[in-house]
Amino acid sequence: MSDVILEMRNITKLFPGVKALDNVSFSVRQGEIHALVGENGAGKSTLMNVLSGIYPYGTYHGEIYFQGKECRFRDITESEKVGLVIIHQELALIPFLSVAENLFLGNERAKNGVINWNESISKTAELLNRVGLNESPNTLITNMGVGKQQLVEIAKALAKEVKLLILDEPTASLNETDSEKLLELLLQFKEHGISSILISHKLSEVNKVADSITILRDGATIETLDCRKDNITEDRIIRGMVGRDMTHRFPPRDSNIGEVIFEVRDWNVYHPLHEDRKVSTNVNISIRKGEVVGLAGLMGAGRTELAMSIFGRAYGTRISGKAYKHGKEIDISTIDKAISNGIAYATEDRKAYGLVLIQQVKNNITLANLEEISTRQVINEPQEMRVTSEYRDKLNIKCSSIQQLALNLSGGNQQKVVLSKWLFASPEILILDEPTRGIDVGAKYEIYTIINRLVSEGKGVVLISSELPEILGVCDRVYVMRDGKIVGEMPANEASQEKVMKYIMTQQEVVEQ
Amino acid sequence: MKTLSTLFKNNVREYGMLIALVAVMVFFQVQTNGVLMKPVNLTNLVLQNSYVITMALGMLLIIVSGWIDLSVGSVVAVVGALAGVLIVRYDVNWVVVVAISLLVGAAIGAFQGYWVAYLKIPSFIVTLAGFLMFRGLTIALLRGESVGPFPRGFQNISSGFIPDFFNGDGFHITTMLIGVILSVLLIWLDMRTRKNQQKYGFEVTPFYFFVAKNTGLTAAVMIFSYLMASYKGLPNVLILLFVLIAAYAFMTSQTVIGRRIYAMGGNVKAAMLSGVNTTRLLFYTFVNMGVLAALAGLIVAARLNSSTPNAGDGMELDVIAACFIGGASPTGGVGKVIGAVVGAFLIGVLNNGMSIMGVGIDWQKVVKGIVLLLAVLFDVYNKNKSN
Repeated sequence: MSDVILEMRNITKLFPGVKALDNVSFSVRQGEIHALVGENGAGKSTLMNVLSGIYPYGTYHGEIYFQGKECRFRDITESEKVGLVIIHQELALIPFLSVAENLFLGNERAKNGVINWNESISKTAELLNRVGLNESPNTLITNMGVGKQQLVEIAKALAKEVKLLILDEPTASLNETDSEKLLELLLQFKEHGISSILISHKLSEVNKVADSITILRDGATIETLDCRKDNITEDRIIRGMVGRDMTHRFPPRDSNIGEVIFEVRDWNVYHPLHEDRKVSTNVNISIRKGEVVGLAGLMGAGRTELAMSIFGRAYGTRISGKAYKHGKEIDISTIDKAISNGIAYATEDRKAYGLVLIQQVKNNITLANLEEISTRQVINEPQEMRVTSEYRDKLNIKCSSIQQLALNLSGGNQQKVVLSKWLFASPEILILDEPTRGIDVGAKYEIYTIINRLVSEGKGVVLISSELPEILGVCDRVYVMRDGKIVGEMPANEASQEKVMKYIMTQQEVVEQ
Repeated sequence: MKTLSTLFKNNVREYGMLIALVAVMVFFQVQTNGVLMKPVNLTNLVLQNSYVITMALGMLLIIVSGWIDLSVGSVVAVVGALAGVLIVRYDVNWVVVVAISLLVGAAIGAFQGYWVAYLKIPSFIVTLAGFLMFRGLTIALLRGESVGPFPRGFQNISSGFIPDFFNGDGFHITTMLIGVILSVLLIWLDMRTRKNQQKYGFEVTPFYFFVAKNTGLTAAVMIFSYLMASYKGLPNVLILLFVLIAAYAFMTSQTVIGRRIYAMGGNVKAAMLSGVNTTRLLFYTFVNMGVLAALAGLIVAARLNSSTPNAGDGMELDVIAACFIGGASPTGGVGKVIGAVVGAFLIGVLNNGMSIMGVGIDWQKVVKGIVLLLAVLFDVYNKNKSN
């Protein structure tokens, strides 16, 4: 076929002990958006790393043809030279350099090593214009939001004369509007003949923009679906990914809600650096026994900030307000006190805030409650082994042993380790901040099951999530936050995506019970 | 059951270090025609390195926490100077002086720890300032001259030997007895660990390896005890070291506070969000370092029988090098007490062996630098391979 821009044939990649890719074939046509989906560990990233030369020629078997020519990339510069640019999930921008400096990093507009700033700046302005970003080329990256940074990454790819753009989970940390904008951009590029490979866990996005969808499972190509011919539903994709029908994305649960166990009243928090900026304003929330309470809102609405400020003032300054447990006021002014008062907060950023990656799974699980496994400050190691093994089995953590380093686990399993840590601290109120971000459908289901088990034991769970279907599927009651304020509250069975979005987007406050 | 090769692969750092130490010792033993392992030299080796090992214990905790302390050499000097001045000029009882010195060490550690932990100034800068200030204070205290000599009791901290309770006629029976008891204790501990591991269904090393390891260890302890016994017996300072090493090894591997230090060094934010008071913990890590540096200062002064303005000069580098050679990671979270001790001994044997061979101080430094680089290269290489 002449309109095929990329063809990867029979790619096999071995890691010590694992076959990460088993005879995978994958092709992309000229000017299409090709989505690559699959559970975590299915081999998507490995395949892209083979393609971009991060795993150089010779470390894998199989052939790569780009624009009809066989390619044997030895490193990433060689693949970029032919117009193949990969944008990773973790952005690779230098925070204290300007947009212009970042755009041409490694690709400087220079003569004899002296940079031509005029050309750099004007070229940057042009590229920023193409990605629809209204920023000065001299803005420092650190002063921009993640959404804008993502656009800078794309502009950087354009600067390299990209022909095939590979995006690895580009919208994972973006809010709805920014995601929308990014997808629009991909469609625009398509018009101009730039093909894209989109790796995403958000199937609604995939459905919206993809022309073809290739599904990987356990290191093998399962199928390639053509969205232009057939109408592909999300359920159809999920079936391919997990190899079974997932009629229920959310496990069913019998709600058994009791009295209020935890309450926060008149909670006010100020920004730690800009002390006159309020990040939470007069927040009142309550959690009942056996209840899952959702906290919906856009990125930056102040949900994480609120949760962390409640969790022992881990965020913010000049915090005022009162917290009650079972009707009695409690002191939660330090993290230690919050934990001993039965509050736990599982962070949205498990790598940076949740885990000590270079330590063993077992050490991570017991970290928040070492007292439980020690007598007079001396750790009882056999006991530690026993309890952590229990959590491994109960939460189905896939690891070679509880002595494996947290570093070597997949995202979903890392998340389960974080959850284990907080379950082991036996809290009454568990705040889960984006617990399913970046993990696959199967692991998500398991996490929902864990949430269900927790509330059936009479605990209260607060779920912060940017995915509305998740909030609606899991919670009993939903709070909506905007600009640090609670702007709406409703039982989940009365809520719909449209209704919640209305609260999120409406400018004036709506007070409704 | 694990095979020998996977066992070695998983513990390549520990065994590698030990093999390097043995190799270096054999090398110098041959090169110095057997002087290295002579009882008198072995005793010397222990005395010379006691202060480096003492401080390496504290430094390891600081490095594992993710920081560094450049001031310890100057703290050694200032505490030694203070002790000297109090004993010689003010005639204070030496036991009281030891107590005061350790308190002053704690205060110095608290001062630096406060700047690092609470004021969030990088330790490199704080302790560099300390490095300058405490050296300056030393010279001021001593008015630029050496102060000494000290009473016998004080000197015995480092140059005394434990008494022999039996009449061994030139052979120190108590020393030999301690050696035997230590061997039995080590074998018993290892057996207990093994039993525990088996009880919980964990993989254990093959039995022949277990036997070989304990035989080797026992042999080493017995030979060492025999050599020491045939001279003057065990030095007091060695007993002190044993106690300190055992206490710190236990603290780092078996206690809540040890676990928290490693968690803090591995990921300070995650540790904080798990309820660890990282600020206070870091503060106490520096207090601990101050006390150990003060102890080292007393040992140095007692050994030299005088307080000198340039005591401990450059010692911080040997201490830091010992930790890194022993496998500690400069980014924190990784490092073992035993590693730091072996690292300190490796440096000590290099110093001692080269001195006996008549290698000048200039080339000694070059060799030590190369060893440090190679040890860290070894780490990095292994890390890359295992990824």
